[in-house]
Amino acid sequence: MPGMQTTTKPPEMRQAIVTLDGVTKRFPGIIANDRVDLVIRAGEVHVLLGENGAGKSTLIGMLSGLQQPDEGRILIDGKAMPIRSPSHALSLGIGTVFQHNMLVPSLTVAENLALGGKWWQKPRLGELAARVDEIARPLGININLDAVVSDLSLGEQQQVEIVRALLRNSRLLILDEATSMLTPQGIAELGALMRRLVERGLAVVFITHKLGEAAEFGDRVSVLKLGRKVGEIGPDRLRSLEHDELVDEIVSKMFGRNAGDGAISIPDRPANDEALLAVRDLRVLPGKDTSGLEAISFMVGRGEILGVAGIDGNGQKQLAEALAGQRRTDGGSVTLAGRSLDGLDVGKRRELGLRYLTDDRLGEGTVGTFPVSINYFLKQIGEPPFWRSGIEHSREINTHARDLTRQFDVRTPSLSTPVGRLSGGNIQKVLIARELAEGARAVIFNKPTYGLDLANTQATRQRIRDVAGQGLAVLLISTDLEELLSMCHRIAVMSQGRLVGTIANGAGAGERVGRLMIGLAA
Amino acid sequence: MSGDATSASATPLDASGGGGSARDIGRRLLITLGPIVVSLVLAGCVLLVLGINPLAYYGYVVDRGLLSPLGLQQTLTRMAPLLFLAAGLIVAFRAGMWNLGGDGQFLLGAVTAAASAPLLVQVLPGWLTLVAAFVIATVVAMIWSLIPALLRAYQGVNEIITTLMMSFLGVSLANVLVKLVFLDPATTVPQTRTLPVEDRLPRLFETTVTSGLLFGLVTIIAVHLMMTRTAFGLKLRVVGANPRAAVHAGLNVPLLTVTVFALSAGLIGMGGAVDIVGIQGNVRADWNPAYGLAVIPVVFLARMNGFAAIGFVFLLSVLSIGGESAARRLGVPQNFTMVLVSIVLITLAVAEYLDHRFNQARRA
Ligand SMILES: Nc1ncnc2c1ncn2[C@@H]1O[C@H](COP(=O)(O)OP(=O)(O)OP(=O)(O)O)[C@@H](O)[C@H]1O
Ligand SMILES: [Mg+2]
Repeated sequence: MPGMQTTTKPPEMRQAIVTLDGVTKRFPGIIANDRVDLVIRAGEVHVLLGENGAGKSTLIGMLSGLQQPDEGRILIDGKAMPIRSPSHALSLGIGTVFQHNMLVPSLTVAENLALGGKWWQKPRLGELAARVDEIARPLGININLDAVVSDLSLGEQQQVEIVRALLRNSRLLILDEATSMLTPQGIAELGALMRRLVERGLAVVFITHKLGEAAEFGDRVSVLKLGRKVGEIGPDRLRSLEHDELVDEIVSKMFGRNAGDGAISIPDRPANDEALLAVRDLRVLPGKDTSGLEAISFMVGRGEILGVAGIDGNGQKQLAEALAGQRRTDGGSVTLAGRSLDGLDVGKRRELGLRYLTDDRLGEGTVGTFPVSINYFLKQIGEPPFWRSGIEHSREINTHARDLTRQFDVRTPSLSTPVGRLSGGNIQKVLIARELAEGARAVIFNKPTYGLDLANTQATRQRIRDVAGQGLAVLLISTDLEELLSMCHRIAVMSQGRLVGTIANGAGAGERVGRLMIGLAA
Repeated sequence: MSGDATSASATPLDASGGGGSARDIGRRLLITLGPIVVSLVLAGCVLLVLGINPLAYYGYVVDRGLLSPLGLQQTLTRMAPLLFLAAGLIVAFRAGMWNLGGDGQFLLGAVTAAASAPLLVQVLPGWLTLVAAFVIATVVAMIWSLIPALLRAYQGVNEIITTLMMSFLGVSLANVLVKLVFLDPATTVPQTRTLPVEDRLPRLFETTVTSGLLFGLVTIIAVHLMMTRTAFGLKLRVVGANPRAAVHAGLNVPLLTVTVFALSAGLIGMGGAVDIVGIQGNVRADWNPAYGLAVIPVVFLARMNGFAAIGFVFLLSVLSIGGESAARRLGVPQNFTMVLVSIVLITLAVAEYLDHRFNQARRA
């Protein structure tokens, strides 16, 4: 076992587990990775940073056998070794949590975890439960092995994937934006776990857009920009820098400039701040494994941003879907600008001015095989000027799509590229562009900045403030407390399908929300 | 071109783009035509086992289905109902609904057209009779698809099973109707009344080719344009490609589902009508050409593209007309055409898989 000694060696002497040597990957119209050199060492958390579309996931795809490099070599333990397939990667000790979930929705959690075993062996579920418990408990992750995956929220699915990657005794654990749906505590637990793993001599590759996490958990930081590696910060330098200095240095490497202001700014309420979106006693009966909603009542006024905080899977998705008309309710009423929405379907509610930005961009937000241009207008099919008398007007669609692409800085080789081929953050931009189209009165944002890089996160937060500034009602669901504190007027806390309290944003609000989330009085 | 629409900061474009797409088309052709050649060889081996010279068989099929003037006219005539079937299946498959009940819908359409046309023609002008027969066949086929449609739309019941079951029922019902209800009292064999040749769809020019061929071509092209160029077609494709996205986008998925079934079955029913009022003139008891099953693989081969489907339907017609002649002449069972089509389908799937593996290996 290389085990304990590796960590005590000086950083550059640590054993290289995986080495990328001049790796290049091209896609039609784009060079996703351009001669990237990277050494992943045992005993290190190697943070990979880069803006949306920089090529991080592509690099991971090659390490995990999903894709093959066009040029360059991958060395494992110093020997050139093409990684032929995902199962080959696993057998080489490389475990990956992908950016978009890879679980089979119709199977239970236990079945998903048992997948990939030898096909002639019966999975030993009892043993599995013990192993899962051993891994999940210290992480503060609670896993219901019997739940069907499609009933879980995306955050819960992400947790299952983390556990799955850890089950395999990997030597190299890759986490591609695995914290994007965790709560602050969850992230801290994951950081502690990564620390323990590298102390045991494993290597971790950690991709994130939150620079604070990079500074806190990383031993080494590499920055990608437009497919090229533009910088690396080694452990010694990392330790010698102050947190803020480090963040500044990373930002200037990533964006070539300062990050701009990410500060707290709560938009002013307009003079006329009457209630726009009113929800009374909304009820959804719980399913077998899903949370329901119980007696949810709130109001959002014109120009108001109401935040919904809470650990993912406490009914936020059900609330958003019930409001949008995608989920049947079992009682209660919803009104928008005085008009009752009860009994109306998704399309009618949209016509009346309700917008819903889903957090499941691949599952329901887009049609992956359709071009980017069509995906912008998926909720407007048949409407002029894009369709006239039912006939598609490609010119009109392309002109508008080109505008949106520019305005929202969507990085795509062309408008006809299938949207599923874009990087995660760029797909998210397509969704945001779509929901902010005209005619909105109230917008439900479910984790709007999930997967966006720093610059785009700030741009999106500013857009949300602007939306409120125009007098719309905004319901902002997020697991990121910092995000809520940076823009909401009030923050409601959701726990087990109920709103357990609502707090006006201001001094000390963060703490009070935190107390509500863990079940204490505010 | 929308290629220049990229945001200014995207990575430099890869210069090899244009050459690659020409290569792509070449590869596509290779993995479509290659398997067909391989299948001909494989099917030839089967013929050898049966003690028949494959070259003689293929020669005969090509001669009777394609080269001889009479054979070619028969082939073109056979295309008429098949094109309607292909159009109906394209609508359903592109919307992700597996209407496998084509045979029942086709036969019920055919039988009702055959039962009504000879009676109507005695009171109505010729053209109106033909229109009425089409409408009746369409409506009957639509009704027959209603149960699977409603079950799928509102209960989520898998339509593969229900349409297949309704198809069995439909085929039997059609037979029963011919034998008991729509029997022509003037003949001793159980069959419907016959529509006189002069009242059927006109033939094209001086040939025996029915004008139904034109209707079929227009229909399948119209369906293709509907699926690719209209809002309605796009809605159907969204439902087919990602049903959850369809719900999220506010589409009325149950209503669209029922519409798709109605359209699909209606088109197939029209195929039945065209076969009767254009070609057969009547329905004999126990008649079931099973076109539905034969056209399904054709639609897959064409990747649900209307224009490609025209080509493949032509191929299928050549095979089936030639195959029927060869069956009479060389004693090869008539079902051999279907054996051939299935072998093509299997080799095509294998080719697709190999192509995928090859692509990965080349990169490694
Ligand atoms: N399968 C594919 N086909 C074509 N282009 C692709 C494919 N996968 C990725 N790309 C392109 O490669 C580039 C890099 O994408 P990648 O997913 O690696 O970005 P990323 O750094 O992970 O970004 P994000 O932070 O948004 O997830 C993007 O421009 C993307 O459009
Ligand atoms: Mg990514």
